[in-house]
Amino acid sequence: MQQVTDPIAEGERLMVICNACRYCEGYCAVFPAMERRLTFSEADMNYLANLCHNCAECYYACQYAPPHEFAVNVPKVLAEIRARSYRKYAWPRFRDVSTWWAVAVGVVVAALLAGTRSAAAANFYAVISHEVMVGAFAVVFGFVILVHAAGFLRFWRESGQSAAGLLQPAVLLAAAHDALSLKNLDSNGVGCTYPDQHHSQARRWFHHLTFYGFLLCTASTAVAAAYHSFFGWQAPHAYFSVPVVLGTLGGIGLLIGPVGLYWLKRHRDTAIVDIKQDMLDVSFIALLFLTSLSGLLLLVMRETHAMAGLLRIHLGVVLGLFLTLPYGKFVHGIYRSAALVRSALEASRSQH
Amino acid sequence: MEQQIIETDVAVVGGGNAGLCAALTARESGASVTVLECAPVEYRGGNSRHTRNLRCMTDAYTESEYFDDLQRVTEGQTTDALAALVIRDSLRTTKWMKAYGVRFQPPLGGTLHLGRTNAFFLGGGKALMNAYYAAAQNRGIRILYNAEVTDLHLDDGKFKSGRILVNGQPAEFRAKALVAAAGGFEANLEWLEQVWGEAARNFIVRGTPYNKGTVLKLLLDHGVESVGDPRQCHAVAIDGRAPKFDGGIVTRLDCVPLGIVVNKQGDRFYDEGEDLWPKRYAIWGRLVAQQPDQIAYSIIDSKVMGRFMPSVFPPIRSATVQELAAALGLPVQKLEATVCKFNQAVRPGSFDHQILDDCRTDGISPRKSHWAQAIDRPPFYGYPLRPGITFTYLGVKVNERAEVQGFGSGTNIFAAGEIMAGNILGKGYLAGLGMTIGAVFGRIAGREAARAAGY
Repeated sequence: MQQVTDPIAEGERLMVICNACRYCEGYCAVFPAMERRLTFSEADMNYLANLCHNCAECYYACQYAPPHEFAVNVPKVLAEIRARSYRKYAWPRFRDVSTWWAVAVGVVVAALLAGTRSAAAANFYAVISHEVMVGAFAVVFGFVILVHAAGFLRFWRESGQSAAGLLQPAVLLAAAHDALSLKNLDSNGVGCTYPDQHHSQARRWFHHLTFYGFLLCTASTAVAAAYHSFFGWQAPHAYFSVPVVLGTLGGIGLLIGPVGLYWLKRHRDTAIVDIKQDMLDVSFIALLFLTSLSGLLLLVMRETHAMAGLLRIHLGVVLGLFLTLPYGKFVHGIYRSAALVRSALEASRSQH
Repeated sequence: MEQQIIETDVAVVGGGNAGLCAALTARESGASVTVLECAPVEYRGGNSRHTRNLRCMTDAYTESEYFDDLQRVTEGQTTDALAALVIRDSLRTTKWMKAYGVRFQPPLGGTLHLGRTNAFFLGGGKALMNAYYAAAQNRGIRILYNAEVTDLHLDDGKFKSGRILVNGQPAEFRAKALVAAAGGFEANLEWLEQVWGEAARNFIVRGTPYNKGTVLKLLLDHGVESVGDPRQCHAVAIDGRAPKFDGGIVTRLDCVPLGIVVNKQGDRFYDEGEDLWPKRYAIWGRLVAQQPDQIAYSIIDSKVMGRFMPSVFPPIRSATVQELAAALGLPVQKLEATVCKFNQAVRPGSFDHQILDDCRTDGISPRKSHWAQAIDRPPFYGYPLRPGITFTYLGVKVNERAEVQGFGSGTNIFAAGEIMAGNILGKGYLAGLGMTIGAVFGRIAGREAARAAGY
């Protein structure tokens, strides 16, 4: 029953204990998935680790948690395995990046894109031409989609599941429901034990604000692009136009959400987390916050001389965010979704 | 340094399920309540920390069926009035627990046979205790951890004060009423040895190391009437590699009915297939305790691997029975002969480990009545078995108001939980009943203690 330092081996040790106990099976998707197995390979551990939402219910409920000699701390070990799995699935291989590195690269790129044209107030394309803006973002966006698709497929291939498993509507629907509602942070209606052992919906709601804020901002950009391409309506748009309303609502979510997540992170119980991952988490939270802050500032100050500088900063931050998405915390969403699909697939099989 | 004096209306000794039910109920009446828990915060909750359900009367599990089950396992060694009280109040108590934030869930994997009769705690007993303690703290109940009662001062059958060590520092506590909810003596190795002799040294204590029986002994020494036989304990056969204390649920072994069990001499000693495992596991602790050196070995082959709940320790595995005997330290030729004789006695049948099937032996003693299959498909597996003691039955006698008996009427000492479970469970065991007794009598004791304190 000795603890081991290799996270995979430690995870396997814990799963054998958990599988003989099973008291936690009502908490989340991890334990039912564990019960479908008797042995735990590295691939199994990577799957379970990405299925884990790090809520810590199982830690506080565990009769074998430290100081018990079995020293069971599932959320912490799965967090360590998760971090390793991010590096394993990433293609091309990467190093963790920091916020400032990302912002700096982004701003430099944005500055390079900037023309010499005069920057009259509220005329974005005078600062950076529409073609250059669209071109740069298309390249970055394509890169991001390619890399994430590669990561998803690498995860799926390691899981040993067939590609056909990805094409079952009922399975995808169940996984989408769990992912979009953060069911696994809900703990049957009372919320998870984060940042401490009292139940709270705070993390779930701050994550919703962040995620749906991000989606609304993306929708705003998509609508604006459609306006430009199909109708010839150019930015900037009126305050109550669809893209600005979407962007403003999304931006507010993307301000409050990341701040809330950061606040929770500062107050969480350090017993259950992998401290080494903090840089990854905080960097991503900061980039999201800066994206929203610079975007909202640009909106309010677009009639002033600060516009040109703010536009470069905003586009730079967004570029930095997107360039580093595959190498930062964003990937948790990709692998968690893949793990939820696999979990829904396994659950559908065991029901039949 | 001046010695600390703790004053409270109701003092609850023991911070497990019964103790917290008593504390919360006494607080509902308005009494000030202090819980003295001898474990540190991480290990609070006594044996409740390791539990997973309580037995509850429902529309599908009627009072009479519940009562019949209790009569059957105790062979009549119960107090009917108290048993009826527990059974009738079990559903209301479960609802009361929910109101305090305790959460329940459908039966756990591998426990479907209990789905109708038992309500499972979401996350198990430690989550249950976390909910109680959070509720207690919110309601201003004082909790002292590392608080070990060392003496009780009684005057004319009434509790006056007691002595405790809090984090090793002596202190005194005074209360208008006392609830004793401090468990049995199963973790007191000296006391076990007095009762069981040297065999007790090889017992493994499945639960908390803090149930030393100190309060039980103090009360009995003060003249409280006892119930239950000190030799009676709930003991199951668990993996011999389990830690001495606190191994809990994961050390159990469910493979006994699927193979044979031999002692250290390589001999079988009891019908492994006498009845369905949930009805028989509780006798195997005693059976193993009666073997030389209190050890036995469950031997199975690869046919039945994967047909029982996995245990936490891997089996010892060998390609042949001889090698397995050597690996387990058993006499090689003897084990080989035992297995060979058993295999020859196995009669053909259709194996089904979920029912009392027709696979049995013929012409050997002890016979194996069900699930008898030849042990012939390598690899072979062995698990060492030791008696794992869960709780003891010796307790204090109480009435339906949870008052301890022996002082006439009007005492201010009440008891709840394992310390008085022997009133209802004189013998045998019914899964989840201990928690029901603790919760129901915890509430009674809390209510009556508050009343005795003037609330």
